[in-house]
Amino acid sequence: MSWRLFDLMLWAAGYTVLLSGISIAIGLTLGLLVCAAKLSTSRLLSAPATVFISFFRGVPLLVQLLLIYNLLPQIGIMVPSVVAAILGLSLCTAAYQAENLRGGFNSVPKGLLEAADMVGLSPWQQLTRIRAPIAFRLTLPALVNEAILILKASSLISVVGVIELTRMAQNLAASTYKPLLFYSVAGGLYLVICWTLAGGGALAERLTRTHRA
Amino acid sequence: MSLDFGLILKQMPDILSGLWVTLWMWIVATLLGAALGFLVAVGRRYGPAPLDWLLKLCVEMLRGTPFLVQLFLLYFGGPFIGLRLEPIPAGLLGLTVYAAAYFSEIFRAGFQAVPKGHVEAADMAGLSRAQILRRIILPEMTMLVLPQCVNMAIVLIKETAILSIITVPEMTMVIGAIGSQQYAFVDAMFLLAIIYWVLVEICGFLGRLAEARLSKFRFAAS
Repeated sequence: MSWRLFDLMLWAAGYTVLLSGISIAIGLTLGLLVCAAKLSTSRLLSAPATVFISFFRGVPLLVQLLLIYNLLPQIGIMVPSVVAAILGLSLCTAAYQAENLRGGFNSVPKGLLEAADMVGLSPWQQLTRIRAPIAFRLTLPALVNEAILILKASSLISVVGVIELTRMAQNLAASTYKPLLFYSVAGGLYLVICWTLAGGGALAERLTRTHRA
Repeated sequence: MSLDFGLILKQMPDILSGLWVTLWMWIVATLLGAALGFLVAVGRRYGPAPLDWLLKLCVEMLRGTPFLVQLFLLYFGGPFIGLRLEPIPAGLLGLTVYAAAYFSEIFRAGFQAVPKGHVEAADMAGLSRAQILRRIILPEMTMLVLPQCVNMAIVLIKETAILSIITVPEMTMVIGAIGSQQYAFVDAMFLLAIIYWVLVEICGFLGRLAEARLSKFRFAAS
């Protein structure tokens, strides 16, 4: 493989990281909202959140992507395929992250909240100073895990025509007739990114462990 | 827009054949993957250190790459090293090996979660290694690994959709093809999503049922 082709693969790997990063960030924001709705005492809010979580966790991402990619033009929304791809990835990861966050919020020790109540913290202060920081720390390993899952799942957006790492490998494998080489290189690049993420996650966990619940 | 499933549902025999391919490939890959994963976990725990390293490397490589890339490597790269497979065998092999990597990690964690004291006590009582595995470790870890195994089965039924990309005639491919022919692709995808959703919910329900039935195996330490 010439260096020029390897450069293309590296560029595509960068694009994969970028798309996954954007989707994770949008998914985290959306996931927080869904989690808040799900934890709400109002059934008007919690019921739709339950359906959202169940649907996006129960349908294969490939089907979600094909659905969104084809649905958007039909309801009059014309966007480039990369936007549809990011939307699909974000919605899917939002459902998973909402569940992770819910687990985090539910594992905040009750005693801490009672203590905060006793010293006179308002509900908002309790949320921002006690519940949210602890819940985020408890959710961090799950978040890193989710980032790795989305990075791998982003290979599926190759089917809606986005030229990310997998699609680039497909194109180069077809034009050079060397599938073994290019899919191995793609796999190797995914491995490097995943292992970096896992290593970074372990480091972040160690660094935030100073004052744990 | 309005959804119209009528055009698609007219092709019921095709849909059922796709559903059948999805279901049998899912079940076979899950069972074979769990069995292979168990062997890997046992090999890593009781085998010599080099075997542990080698298996760990394989497992981490499988867990660190997308299933789609693994499938492409197997299906398009395989023929270059003399492994020429039809879509269904290639898909089944790929899905099984992929599943085995994740199952092996579930079982490995299960082994580690069994309290050391129980194993030591059994050892002192004169049970052989095989007896300890069969009588102590397996029953105790069943409850620990069951939820994760159900979870993995659910992940796998969703992964079967990816097999359509290497032209395995499973549900996604069949219903997608019908949708294209009838110019009703979005309707077809909605129907497909609902079918998967129902399958996943049924699987989750059965898993919770099994958990409730097997809860007698739960031991005090958990």
